Amino acid sequence: MTTSPTTRTRIRGGVGESPQRPDAIPKVTGNFAYASDLHADGMLWAATLRSPYARARITKLDTAPALTVGGVVAVITQQDVPGRRGFGMHVPDQPVLADGECNYWGEPIAVVAASDLETAKRGVAAIVIEYEVLEPLTDMEEADAADSQTRRMKVRRGDSEATGAVVVEGYYEVGQQDQAPLGNEAGLAIPDGEGGVDLYAVSQWVHSDHWQIYPCLDLEPEQVRCHPVGMGGAFGSREDVSMHIHLCMLALRTGRPVKMSFDRAESFVAHVHRHPARMWYRHEADTDGKLVKVQARLILDGGAYESSSNAVIGNAGYFAVGPYLCDNVFVDAVAVKTNNPPAGAMRGFGGVQTAFGHEAQMDRLADELGIDRLEMRRRNALGHGDPMSSSGQIIEGSLPTAQLIDELATMPLPEPLASDDPRHLPGGTGLTTERGQVRRGVGYGVTIKNLAFSEGFDDYSDARIAISSVGVEVYTAAAEVGQGMVTIIQQLVRDVLQMEQVAVVWSDTSVIGSAGSTSASRQTQMTGGATYQCAVELRQQILDEFAGDDLSTEGVWRDGDLIATLAEVCSGGMCEHEIRYRHPETFPTDENSQGNAHPAFAAAAHRAVVDVDPELGLVRVVQLDTVQDVGKILNPVAAVGQIEGGTLQGVGMAVLEELVVDKGVIKNPNFTDYLLPTFLDAPHVEVRFVEEPERWGPLGAKGIGEPPTISAGPAVAAAIRDATGRDLHRVPILPQHIAGV
Amino acid sequence: MIVNFNVNGESRVANVAGSESLLQVLREELGLPGSKNACEQGECGSCSVVLDGAVVTSCLVMAADCEGSEIATVEGIGSERELHAVQQALVDHGAVQCGFCTPGFVVTAAHLFEENPHPGTDEIKEALSGNICRCTGYGAILRSLEALAEETT
Repeated sequence: MTTSPTTRTRIRGGVGESPQRPDAIPKVTGNFAYASDLHADGMLWAATLRSPYARARITKLDTAPALTVGGVVAVITQQDVPGRRGFGMHVPDQPVLADGECNYWGEPIAVVAASDLETAKRGVAAIVIEYEVLEPLTDMEEADAADSQTRRMKVRRGDSEATGAVVVEGYYEVGQQDQAPLGNEAGLAIPDGEGGVDLYAVSQWVHSDHWQIYPCLDLEPEQVRCHPVGMGGAFGSREDVSMHIHLCMLALRTGRPVKMSFDRAESFVAHVHRHPARMWYRHEADTDGKLVKVQARLILDGGAYESSSNAVIGNAGYFAVGPYLCDNVFVDAVAVKTNNPPAGAMRGFGGVQTAFGHEAQMDRLADELGIDRLEMRRRNALGHGDPMSSSGQIIEGSLPTAQLIDELATMPLPEPLASDDPRHLPGGTGLTTERGQVRRGVGYGVTIKNLAFSEGFDDYSDARIAISSVGVEVYTAAAEVGQGMVTIIQQLVRDVLQMEQVAVVWSDTSVIGSAGSTSASRQTQMTGGATYQCAVELRQQILDEFAGDDLSTEGVWRDGDLIATLAEVCSGGMCEHEIRYRHPETFPTDENSQGNAHPAFAAAAHRAVVDVDPELGLVRVVQLDTVQDVGKILNPVAAVGQIEGGTLQGVGMAVLEELVVDKGVIKNPNFTDYLLPTFLDAPHVEVRFVEEPERWGPLGAKGIGEPPTISAGPAVAAAIRDATGRDLHRVPILPQHIAGV
Repeated sequence: MIVNFNVNGESRVANVAGSESLLQVLREELGLPGSKNACEQGECGSCSVVLDGAVVTSCLVMAADCEGSEIATVEGIGSERELHAVQQALVDHGAVQCGFCTPGFVVTAAHLFEENPHPGTDEIKEALSGNICRCTGYGAILRSLEALAEETT
């Protein structure tokens, strides 16, 4: 005789806790398989011939010599593309392989598959190619003047004749940042023997890859399956297709698995980067510090192909003013097309660039008016119920900008510099700087980001949940790039079903529909929302079936009695449910960019404290204090990790990181010359949250990945201006800018 | 050429053409992909191993120079069933995100704690300044190792 349980097992790892990530132990032991670790028996390796010129016409291309290299199995060029000739996230404007002309330095021209990587590279070297070198278009203003753009956007809101008592104007430049995830691009394509192919390659959105790949291969959608893989970070760099179509073509051509694994130098040319920007701003305010009018002209360089430039410039335009109220806003924003490396998605996505501009302007206005710089922001803070300064969209969800500012003001400042230990001084153990030379500065950045996709995009996430007597399985194609989404899904589903054993099953494009992109800070809300809602509906179905009032690992309960065990519940065949989750509808805006373009917003505020050696131009970023608008905290440890990491990427952009591009050629495609923040560059970061629930998404939670990267950089730039008294209109701020040489 | 060395306590033999790095041989020939290939220029520390008692970036070591060497990789530091204290600390404090840098941090930090069981904050930062992490901002890594340094053993 069995005894029915009378109490429910208390589950661990629900919402509000910080349970261990399921991939943590495989990752600390080196057992976690990343794309670059994939292996298949009999696999070939592939290498790519890339353009050595930013712009050239291919006058001769003879791949036959490559096939004479022992071990080379196949070579493909654009002539071999069986279907649609191009790809692209929004428009298929990029040829699979160069189509008679090269439009950027590093553009792929031919790909060679061979027995091993060295042989594939020898095959690439054997290809005979001749070029007619052409003058590249590499200056963004020349491109604008030549009408070479992918999107021109104008914001026209309010009275263009309005004037304020004070006026400040500024010109700002933002250098090109690279996502620099630690894991490079890698992938493996395996032919299925029936004319189709399975692809395991880095991706932030396998369905977007799928939609781009199968038309180029001239296959039916179901003949191509894109599988999620282990990824060493992304930050936007894995939104675009890179090696994906090439791998599939070679696998289908050779009938063998084919692998690619880029080294760092190739990674730097094979993924899109953040858009560099030039920005002109004119702000007018009344004597109380209220913004009266903002005018801006923004140019972002999108490089050779469109990628996501049109969405990036949209963000730059919509968020040109920042999280501030202003009734009269006039912005001309343009994404230009040049022969520079293609630019696309990177954490912050258009809002990062303008944040450097609008935050510098807010400081200038405050100084002009004699108002405290943080108070200046407080007086203009945008919140729930207010109209967006650019589009006029009423903010229906939460936006506690003022509360962030108030909270930031209460955070203690670090102690004054009292140490003579060189490790605590600018220049560090280079022993460049004595304490007496150091000037301290404090600066603020307060910014806004849209969450999820905008402007009428049909944004959804599909999720399926299956309950069995051994646990819960959640099926999603959402990409886990390291941010911790898998854990968030587990926590949400545990909470709803009151079952602890929840496995998230990474699913390929044939198993489940799209979860949308792991970008735009959207997965916590979108796939978190989908899995949460799916669990809620599944739970209700089960309760309805058994006329129960509660569900747990034990089964269905009614009035405190267990009326059906989980095994009994699952024998009925109703224990699976799938949904498609959408956020509130958005719309394309009108010709003046007026309308409801965005489903949700999040604000973030940073205060930076820096120590500067003004003579040598050396900076030590001492501390960053931040308050973030998070809706509701689902996992405190993961949230702090996202915010600390995002903050340091903002710091890097402010003082270290820049892809140096000269006439279209990247001069520093390596970690020796592209400087990433190390442990010694990393400031102490204090994180606080403001929880004001969002109107949609799981339990009111908001995406948290991007906002900290947007506000940290402007705060650091402002702190350096504060310490040095210099204008410093360009980031990254380098020693020569501070020292004035 | 044939190279004999000891990896994680086992005698191993590699057949190298000449120019391969130790990292390549570990990953592609010896079936030890835990050491990661992130920059292959000695800048990021993702491929850190202990070579004859010193932490090195294995991407900058010629495999052919390792004849007779003792090498410890991340695969030799703890196991999934029995984590090393450094690994446990990183797991407990949420110091793992994408994890691509993590094996290098584990190797370098384990070596640090072997030499100095109670390192201070500045010593931790200095010892790990050759290991780049792009995800965490180093905060959780620092908290995990500070906590470990405070534990009495």
